[in-house]
Amino acid sequence: MQQDQLLPHLFRSEYQKIIAVLCHYFGFEHIEAAEDIASDTFLTAAETWGIKGLPDNPKAWLYTVARNKATDYVRRGTRFNQKIVEGFDAEENYEVEIDLSDQNISDSQLQMMFAICHPVLSAEAQIGLALRILCGFGIDEIAEAFLTNKETINKRLFRAKEKLRERKVKIVFPEAADIVSRLGIVLKTLYLLFNEGYYSSCQSTTLRKDLCLEAMRLNYLLIENEQTNLPEVNALLSLMCFHASRFDARMDEAGEMIRYDDQDRTLWNDELIAKGRHYLNLASKGNEAGKFHIEAAIAYWHTVKTDTPEKWENILMLYNRLLIAAYSPAAALNRTYALAKVKGKEKAIIEAEKLKLDSNHLYHVLLGYLYTSVDNQKAASHLQTALKQAKTPADKSRIMKDLKALL
Amino acid sequence: MNEFLLIFRRDAEATAVQRSPEQMQTMMNYWREWIGGIAAQNKLVAVGNRLDTNGSVIKPDNVVTDGPYVEVKEAIGGYSIIKASSLEEATELSKGCPILSVGGSVEVRPIIPMEV
Repeated sequence: MQQDQLLPHLFRSEYQKIIAVLCHYFGFEHIEAAEDIASDTFLTAAETWGIKGLPDNPKAWLYTVARNKATDYVRRGTRFNQKIVEGFDAEENYEVEIDLSDQNISDSQLQMMFAICHPVLSAEAQIGLALRILCGFGIDEIAEAFLTNKETINKRLFRAKEKLRERKVKIVFPEAADIVSRLGIVLKTLYLLFNEGYYSSCQSTTLRKDLCLEAMRLNYLLIENEQTNLPEVNALLSLMCFHASRFDARMDEAGEMIRYDDQDRTLWNDELIAKGRHYLNLASKGNEAGKFHIEAAIAYWHTVKTDTPEKWENILMLYNRLLIAAYSPAAALNRTYALAKVKGKEKAIIEAEKLKLDSNHLYHVLLGYLYTSVDNQKAASHLQTALKQAKTPADKSRIMKDLKALL
Repeated sequence: MNEFLLIFRRDAEATAVQRSPEQMQTMMNYWREWIGGIAAQNKLVAVGNRLDTNGSVIKPDNVVTDGPYVEVKEAIGGYSIIKASSLEEATELSKGCPILSVGGSVEVRPIIPMEV
């Protein structure tokens, strides 16, 4: 690895580990201190390595410095408490054992994952905290991913941490009996984190990819742990692998979305498709077939390169199942697209008109697609409505292209 | 939006006709597509259940008879709950029900809400 890339690389991989371990040790009461210590450690590294050159084992160096800083922090805190609290047991907190072994790192991260994915927090707050604490993203990166500014993110994270403190949320692994119910929220957060990267309209392709990879890494942590290696967890990872396999094919050089039908299929990543199949197989052990199973199966059929009738019939059936299990506008739109593939555009138009999602720009994009070559005037009118409703420049320019192709 | 119970009735004798696995599969797909279409409009409340054809009827003085039907033709095969703005709309949604293609019927009944 290039020397000038070593520190950013270590920051990416180690910052989150140090924070997770420190937070786990200190508890949410001192989460800012944990963040400060972790940041300070990297600052010290930048200065020291800049002057003296790289240590033999940079990772171990970082851990030692973080450990020392944490010890100092605890000592200082203890002395402070000693002065203000009479009868405080001075000896009790002096021994600081910050365990930065691989095992403790992944345990701490798992426990942190459960703590952050707490029902008192909104999904946005959970994702924000996960990005900061579990993925080591900077505030500006999180702001970019959410298409907002640093102040908003800082406030959001601050409030989220306050809430966790007020509720005295402990950073512990849930009781065996609670794992399944708590896991539901964790998986939902990982799912949203992945979607944030996959569907976000943020311009930076690297950042979007990072979000997806982080969601997959955290999901994998759950698979590595025996207690959380459950079918639903495997189904979600399978879903992410299938989606991620198209990452390079679904965007052009300008960062604009390329529609599924127009993608260069040789760019689909076979290795990720194989991984997706592997986890889908593992997910099929046991009798449950939840939302992620259905979505993973839909994603699997999308990785089939030739457009056979069988492929779209299966996708249509799976969308029907998904909608029967739980309604979502996205599923309703995708079902209609699949219906057009199976039964033709005319039939799909009848169904699409019933959806009544008029305020959703993707609804008009879909109707624009369905009416194309059936009634081009109507197609254009829907695309114009979509253009008015679309919010991001990427969406707008995509719709503009469709409109131009029509005229 | 009000909720409506859809009661699917069919001729128990007619449905006893042997069908090929392919026909069964087609039938299943029709059901899924029809109910999926309602779900896609966010108008499905509960997919409900299909009922077995046997059963018993208990009448006053504990008189128990086999079979749940008054008339074989009117056997209840299952039920679903949907939501719609009016009885007319609920009726319209029911018109695509695949049970109609095998001589069955759909009864649409508004559910009386707890809070009126």
